[in-house]
Amino acid sequence: MFDLKDLYQEVIVDHNRSPRNFHRMADANRIAEGFNPLCGDRLTLYMRVNDHGAIEDVSFEGSGCAIFTASTSLMTERLKGKTEAEAQSIFNGFHDMAVSDVDAPVDSATMGKLSALAGVREFPSRVKCATLCWHTMTAALANTGETVKTE
Amino acid sequence: MSLDIQAIRADFPILHQQVHGQPLAYLDNAATTQKPQCVIEAVRQYYERDNANVHRGVHALSERATAKYEGAREKVRAFINAASLSEIVFVRGATEAINLVAQSYGRSNLKAGDEILITEMEHHSNIVPWQLLCEQTGAKLKVVPINDDGEISLEDVESRLSKRTKLVAVVHLSNALGTINPVREIIDLAHGQDIPVLLDGAQATAHLAVDVQALDVDFYVMSAHKMLGPTGIGALYAKQELLEAMPPYQGGGDMISMVSFEKSQFAELPYRFEAGTPNIAGVIGFGAAIDYLQKLGLENVAEYEDGLLRYATERAQVFPGLRLIGTARRKASILSFVLEGIHPHDIGTILDRQGVAVRTGHHCAMPVMEHFQVPATVRVSFSVYNTMDEADRLFAALEKVREMFA
Repeated sequence: MFDLKDLYQEVIVDHNRSPRNFHRMADANRIAEGFNPLCGDRLTLYMRVNDHGAIEDVSFEGSGCAIFTASTSLMTERLKGKTEAEAQSIFNGFHDMAVSDVDAPVDSATMGKLSALAGVREFPSRVKCATLCWHTMTAALANTGETVKTE
Repeated sequence: MSLDIQAIRADFPILHQQVHGQPLAYLDNAATTQKPQCVIEAVRQYYERDNANVHRGVHALSERATAKYEGAREKVRAFINAASLSEIVFVRGATEAINLVAQSYGRSNLKAGDEILITEMEHHSNIVPWQLLCEQTGAKLKVVPINDDGEISLEDVESRLSKRTKLVAVVHLSNALGTINPVREIIDLAHGQDIPVLLDGAQATAHLAVDVQALDVDFYVMSAHKMLGPTGIGALYAKQELLEAMPPYQGGGDMISMVSFEKSQFAELPYRFEAGTPNIAGVIGFGAAIDYLQKLGLENVAEYEDGLLRYATERAQVFPGLRLIGTARRKASILSFVLEGIHPHDIGTILDRQGVAVRTGHHCAMPVMEHFQVPATVRVSFSVYNTMDEADRLFAALEKVREMFA
């Protein structure tokens, strides 16, 4: 039987309790809002991208469930130092993992700590909690200025 | 009379299943209730034996279908003690009933500057139809605030009534908070100034006995699926003199007596408001649900559910970190709460894995969430087939939530 601990792994509980990079960024040059109307999850994502397209810093503010908070926190850790293209590629891998079949192997080597969120694929209603931050990241990089909604 | 809950549970086939390897504890009855075998059987029998269109066939099946359909109207009438069958209009549910009143009564009676009075605890279905009406007519929506227990005060109602108020629309039993509103007193206040009142009974009719004549209420709306009946069917009660003056809501078959290209004559009440082939199976199932509730006796149901709610409330009050949302003096069936530091959706997922089904979210009452400054709550809602044991399982499951997030 599926164990709840597969969803609420130690790393998720930890990042929920003490989210990393959880603050406003005064010198951000990419900002986007994310909102999940059904859950009420809210997110402001700050990024500083240099002239060479490298993400120098990422931070966030917001509130939501543990999956949302941990996913966003893990994402900010992961994106630092990556190029925009790399960020998009990680998102693609993350998205594939989040909607993959329950029995499909998880590419832990590529996903690293993000593979802790693979458990959401057992919970279709919770996938959007894990992916809101990534959609918001895409919007921030595109600088569309529109709030990302999951509904 | 005390109810035999195990016998009642045996009437509900869906309850006897395992979810994630645990016996199902269905505590999401405010979203929709489960259906007893007699309701399922009534719908099945209609499709197996009696399926035909109503009100027009001369053949045996159509006559049987019509008799059952109209028989259900009589059950609804008796259930809420309406004076006449012509005051019972079948609709898709409480939402459609409110939209019907807004678009038919509202559009022909309200104009720019008029006011509609609602409360802060309304379900979106008793907010948005009035906002649409306001946009169409230039009328304004006024809101009676709730206090931190989730109650409204009659003084706040009275002070918001004026010559401009053309309708008062209030929930009878709040789906998000469990508050039972003082509807009799609100109606008296409004009628003192000749203002009609609509009560949203979607949540109330499975828990409280309703007598529309004793209340003297002008409009009462209900949904079958929240009272053990099928989805997609409900009823609007409206006083005959109001219905008679109201223009049709939708045009089509069954709502006319004569049609020509010059002009059509509308059918008599209540058919004027039932355009098109109705949800016949739903209506018949609705009637069977009312029979079932009547057999149990709403007073007995209310007494039993009150005991469950009291028990669960007492346990909730001593549960570490739990904050109740909705602590009105008069409540029924609903326990809404948050746990400190743990988001309701995480709680919902963890409870689900232990077989305990609850609702987490804003319960279509975002202004209520705003008032209590929470994004969402966990809502436990009881029906007559729930048990103390299920309440215990809820709190055992909540202990597990705390362990996981400790």
